[in-house]
Amino acid sequence: MIELRNLSKLFTTTDGPVDALKHINLTINNGDIYGIIGMSGAGKSTLVRCINMLERPTEGTVLLDGVDLGTLDKKEIQKVRRRITMIFQSFNLLMQRTCLENIMLPLRLARVPAAQAKARAMELLETVELPNKANSYPAQLSGGQQQRVAIARALATEPEVLLCDEATSALDPKTTHAILELIREINRKMGITVIVITHQMSVVQEICNRVAILENGEVVEEGEVSEVFSNPRTNATRSLIYPEMTEGVMLFSKGGQRLRVMFNGAVTEPLIARMAIDCGIAASILGASTRSVGDRAYGYMLLDIPGGPEDLAKAVGYLSRIPDITVQVEAEYKAEEAEK
Amino acid sequence: MNFASAFTPEKLQEAWDCLLNEFPFAIWETLYSTLLATFFAIVIGLPLGVLLVTGEQKGIRPLPAPVMSFLNVMINLLRSVPFIILMVMIIPLTRAIVGTSVGTVASIVPLTVAAFPFIARLVESSLREVNPNIIEAAQSMGASTWQIVTRVMLPESVPSLITNFTLAITTIMGYTAMSGAVGGGGLGKLALSYGYQRYRFAVLYLAVIVLVIITQVIQSFGTWLARQSDKRLKEK
Repeated sequence: MIELRNLSKLFTTTDGPVDALKHINLTINNGDIYGIIGMSGAGKSTLVRCINMLERPTEGTVLLDGVDLGTLDKKEIQKVRRRITMIFQSFNLLMQRTCLENIMLPLRLARVPAAQAKARAMELLETVELPNKANSYPAQLSGGQQQRVAIARALATEPEVLLCDEATSALDPKTTHAILELIREINRKMGITVIVITHQMSVVQEICNRVAILENGEVVEEGEVSEVFSNPRTNATRSLIYPEMTEGVMLFSKGGQRLRVMFNGAVTEPLIARMAIDCGIAASILGASTRSVGDRAYGYMLLDIPGGPEDLAKAVGYLSRIPDITVQVEAEYKAEEAEK
Repeated sequence: MNFASAFTPEKLQEAWDCLLNEFPFAIWETLYSTLLATFFAIVIGLPLGVLLVTGEQKGIRPLPAPVMSFLNVMINLLRSVPFIILMVMIIPLTRAIVGTSVGTVASIVPLTVAAFPFIARLVESSLREVNPNIIEAAQSMGASTWQIVTRVMLPESVPSLITNFTLAITTIMGYTAMSGAVGGGGLGKLALSYGYQRYRFAVLYLAVIVLVIITQVIQSFGTWLARQSDKRLKEK
């Protein structure tokens, strides 16, 4: 279990001090795939580097299974880093070493005998499905393959926690999917806790069970992914989940009654058409941002409901009966938007 | 004595004899003082170059700022003294180490003193080429400072180090020619004392041609070796 208690980080730059992190409190349980998402500059990278003490927090504590990492000396931190390993956006493999040697490196650093390290590295190449790349150099591999080698390297010392710093940001969508699948499998089969730093909502959506939204060095929202996604409470979250929504979809509104329909893994079906047939309500779509994962829909739809309050109630009743859909009347939406 | 008369058939014959009799030993002296001086310069300059990178304020093991300033100033001072003057300046040091200040062995001392600050700067620039993200990755694996230097920074910069050491060897060979002026042996001495001072210009030119050929061979070999060792080049 990793607990961040009142964690702050202050950088002194030539332009004066910068608050990279402000009083962060998070608990990451064993077995979690925990997403930390934010725009660039939100402090994600600093936060993840505090977890393995690549950055020393200015204030607050990082607890690993109850042990305050801030109290450990250099040698002990080096040992902790075998238990909390890391993969990166740019893979960061040693370019002058073969894949096998790259994977052996953390073991050799921990003074594991060469033969033993090699056997383990070969095993890990199997795990990441690159058994015949042992003697290839990183430059001969694709980005996705390099990240697989980096994952194997991160698993070499049998860690308890894997930190992923924008690990899929440099990859195309298909490769991203494959790497996330691999990470999920590692989490499931080896019981490794995963902390995913990303700016991509889709990554969190795909593999995380919990998420924290970071904005300007502060956690503005935290919780189960499904919970946070279906009921975003802050503008930071909303703009991450539905980037379009901040761009004035309300221009199309005729000032009628508005309903926000949240899809939280609902089975995909022609919802609006069916409502028209079943209830006789001809809703118009003011804005929508939905994503399909498998045959399930996530996201939101903003509807304009014609007619009086009865029609509105009818629509709410109809829609909220459908599983994995939540409905919210958006009467004050416009006012709230205007405040910004 | 005019210039053209230096290339009469007799003079050329004389030069040819010199090439057969004197050159082999002179080439040997040049090579061995160059290589030994390079070796000692690397022994001193390599760790110094590592310190210049790891010891700076944003390095992996920062040293006190005054220490870094001292190292930098010392290197810059040594680098800015012309070799021919440095050679004379450090005669006492040469005597203390070798026992004499004359001869090929004695010339290795000033060559080393002149070359190690140069090597330190070359090592520094090679190590700075190493991707800092890779160093961070090594830190995230729990590598100690020593391990980062020996297992990551130096191995990752091998192609660049080979290129730079090749440059150092050819430069130091140029210095050995100058050391002929104060009693060091080799092709430089041959060119100066046999060729220039005795007006045997054919010998002078021959010595220069041989130096050019040796430099070419070393440079080509170094370039080839650097390319061979670089695993970032995909086509291999």
